[in-house]
Amino acid sequence: MSTAATPSSSPQISKISEAVIRIAGNSQDGIQAIGGFLARLAGRSEQEVMTFMTIPSTISGGPSIFQVRIGSGEVLSSGDEADLLLAFYDHSYLAHLGSLKKGGIVLYDSDHLKAEDIPAENLTKYRHVGVPISSLTIEAIGGTGRDKGKNVFALGLLAKMFDLNVPKLHKLLTERFTGKDPKILETALNAFNYGYNYTLATAPELFQFQPGENVGQAQVVMSGNEALAYGLIAAGVRFGAGYPITPWSDIMELLRRELPKYGGQFQQCEDEIASVSMAIGASWSGGVAVTGSSGPGIALKTEAIGWAVMAEMPLIVVDVMRGGPSTGMPTNIEQSDINIAVHGGHGDCPRVVIAPANVEDCFYTAIEAVNIARKYSTPVFILSDQGIATRIEAFKEPDLKALVQDISPDLTAVTDHKPYDLSAPDGVTRHIAPGTRVASGKYPVVTGLEHDEMGHPTGSGKTHMQMIAKRRNKLKKLASEFPLPKFYGPAEGQILLVSWGSSQGPVQEAVKQGRAQGHAISALHVRYINPLPPGLADLFAGFRHVFVVELNDGGYSGVGQMGALIRSQIPDAKIRGITKVDGLTWKVREILNAALELAK
Amino acid sequence: MSEIAILNLPTSRGANTNTTPVIPLTEADRKPLTKKEISADHPTWCPGCGDFSVLALYFKLIEKRRMHHEKVTTVAGIGCSSRFPYFVQAHGAHFIHGRALPFATGVSLNRPDLHVFVFGGDGDAFSIGGNHFTHTARKNVKLTYVVMDNSVYGLTKNQTSPTSPIGFKSKTDIWGAKDRPINPLKQAISAGATFVARTSHTNPNHVLQTMEAAMDHDGFSFIQCLSECVEFYPGAFDNSNPRKGGKFDLVPADHDVTDEYAAYKLAEDLRPGLFGVFYKNARPTKNANEAAIIADLQGKHAGLEPWQILKKNFDRMK
Repeated sequence: MSTAATPSSSPQISKISEAVIRIAGNSQDGIQAIGGFLARLAGRSEQEVMTFMTIPSTISGGPSIFQVRIGSGEVLSSGDEADLLLAFYDHSYLAHLGSLKKGGIVLYDSDHLKAEDIPAENLTKYRHVGVPISSLTIEAIGGTGRDKGKNVFALGLLAKMFDLNVPKLHKLLTERFTGKDPKILETALNAFNYGYNYTLATAPELFQFQPGENVGQAQVVMSGNEALAYGLIAAGVRFGAGYPITPWSDIMELLRRELPKYGGQFQQCEDEIASVSMAIGASWSGGVAVTGSSGPGIALKTEAIGWAVMAEMPLIVVDVMRGGPSTGMPTNIEQSDINIAVHGGHGDCPRVVIAPANVEDCFYTAIEAVNIARKYSTPVFILSDQGIATRIEAFKEPDLKALVQDISPDLTAVTDHKPYDLSAPDGVTRHIAPGTRVASGKYPVVTGLEHDEMGHPTGSGKTHMQMIAKRRNKLKKLASEFPLPKFYGPAEGQILLVSWGSSQGPVQEAVKQGRAQGHAISALHVRYINPLPPGLADLFAGFRHVFVVELNDGGYSGVGQMGALIRSQIPDAKIRGITKVDGLTWKVREILNAALELAK
Repeated sequence: MSEIAILNLPTSRGANTNTTPVIPLTEADRKPLTKKEISADHPTWCPGCGDFSVLALYFKLIEKRRMHHEKVTTVAGIGCSSRFPYFVQAHGAHFIHGRALPFATGVSLNRPDLHVFVFGGDGDAFSIGGNHFTHTARKNVKLTYVVMDNSVYGLTKNQTSPTSPIGFKSKTDIWGAKDRPINPLKQAISAGATFVARTSHTNPNHVLQTMEAAMDHDGFSFIQCLSECVEFYPGAFDNSNPRKGGKFDLVPADHDVTDEYAAYKLAEDLRPGLFGVFYKNARPTKNANEAAIIADLQGKHAGLEPWQILKKNFDRMK
């Protein structure tokens, strides 16, 4: 919020273009629900929105936060510092006050945090507004105050504070709480209205958003995992298999629920190996199947993925990355699975790896991945991460009529078929599904043994060389079709920041801030991790420094996993890394400070 | 939001664009396949291996039941017997060690029009693939699984297998095996397999008869087929071979195959044990259960194109 804090007796109303709101409480308080309502309201109000949340790794509650950044203009990250902190408890207040910007407002539950307990220095640094949230919720709807309702009351307070569209919020609440018991909706609306009508007399300032820029565009609001799963459905995927693991499980649950509507199915398997095997079997029998997991599960799947490379079988492998190695930090963000996605498994085993940049990109990446898998008969990894998976964004509703595709197998008889035809242009061959009649009477076998053109095993060194080249060359052909990434900022300068995956937003915001401070800094975002698009070296040529920004360990050499991958193909010492592994998303200032420091 | 360029937006459907389609003969015109038409590579097995017999009877099954090339899918994992798909002239998949069952499950669930046969050895089935054996059985996936049990690791040249008897001398048990072997039949029955049978390569008619019954069973049909490894465990099953002085006793005619406990008891002693169907019961298959879910949900969205179904979800997320 870029407004001056001018104290006055009655709250003044300031026009703002964006706000970062952090809601802190316990996980059972329903703070995700408030965040979700705010995000969906923004989506319906033609604003941009991005959220960030943490969930405790224990099952029965614990401290939890949900941060929402709503803006009338471009929102690239969930925000470094909050403009407003809504604190439900004294522990939420203590833990998250540091995330509030100087002069920011803290709205706290004065039933849990007494005004006299607030240190004087805090009062000078931040503006405090105490509201007895718990007791007022009880007043509004009864109950004990520990029950649900506090969150909706607080949503009313926020609606008042930010002059949010009340009819739209009523509609959202109605959609959410309409069910068997009409009392539930009535209670929710009562709690909301009680909060909204509370006189925020002590509030130093009230706010009003400037109108959004995306006027006239229908927006949808969802999480990255939802966008990815719906993208797979749009792409025509009708079979999936998986095993529960955080943060991949949402995708599995959604596909299990939704696929039967389309005549498809998703199977929960006995283990990760069974799930990748089942997906490969389904792919062989027609279509493109999906399996997915997070790091530990991907490690278990690697042998079968190697088979899919060798047998040249289309397959989608979703890896929603989390902190590793081993069980690691299951509910934290990290981008440390590039190595296993690109190189995991034994032998020379090329496969495609694509990383979506944000929630919207998850939807389109899924479609693209499926089409690549089909066209090139290859496994394709989609590398998402815990941050994208759980955060909510609003984006332009995709043109579903144009995008949704049918990839069911064509079983038309053929005269002859070589599954591994060495004369195929660029080594690109496709399978015929079982059920396809071959008039010559010679049927193909798919296999993990090195094989001849019909899929029968061979120990010939010459054939092995030819087949290795075939599997490599088809991905080289694919790489030649990749568009080069576009610069964010000028094509020349001092510093080029290279991002991949969810680092895109904060990196671009760092460029924005850096350029505003007069630095010659630009960014490139790489979506295609393997194979890399050819021509990156030319793009790097216009810069003195190239810093690859990623959430993994800089290791011995100072470059992270993506940096090392790029360096292996562009051996230039000016390519270095900006990395961290604190389990949190990038703060814009962390990136900018590190870049300026390294470039000194 | 960033600009997003998607490669390869919807292209043509189907996979056969590189070949010229021909008009297939009508079903009535098609003759039963001959052995010559069904056989592919010459087997890599050692002369005298029991697996030859199983392969020959699989050919006979395809011939007798007038199955068509394209509808037969032969799936295997890793091991001597798992080389099976290369020897059959039909769509085949030679997958990784121990994972043939989940692979075949993907085929069976995705393509109810195909006959799915899985062949493999005792190591593939009960050691590395043990977990999958249990779960495929309990889910009652419609497929036929023939385990060619030789009680030794042959491809890797003579190590103890999960069905090697106590005292069996191998390169990994030079003093004789100490671990209690797995009883495949009891394992299958307790896991929830709905068809459990036992046969031996030495009795071709019985093998064929058992494979036919398995194929006709609607559910997970499991056959333990004794198949001698002449190289590393010669004479392993002589006690069940009348030509070698053993006895090939059938499951008693009055055995109630739907009685799980009776079947379990009959399976107690496998040296040499009995032959025939131990257990057979009707239980909804995984395939039928999934099909019912699909029919129900598709019924609720009847008349809608896939994009319209998706649109309904997106409309709720506005």
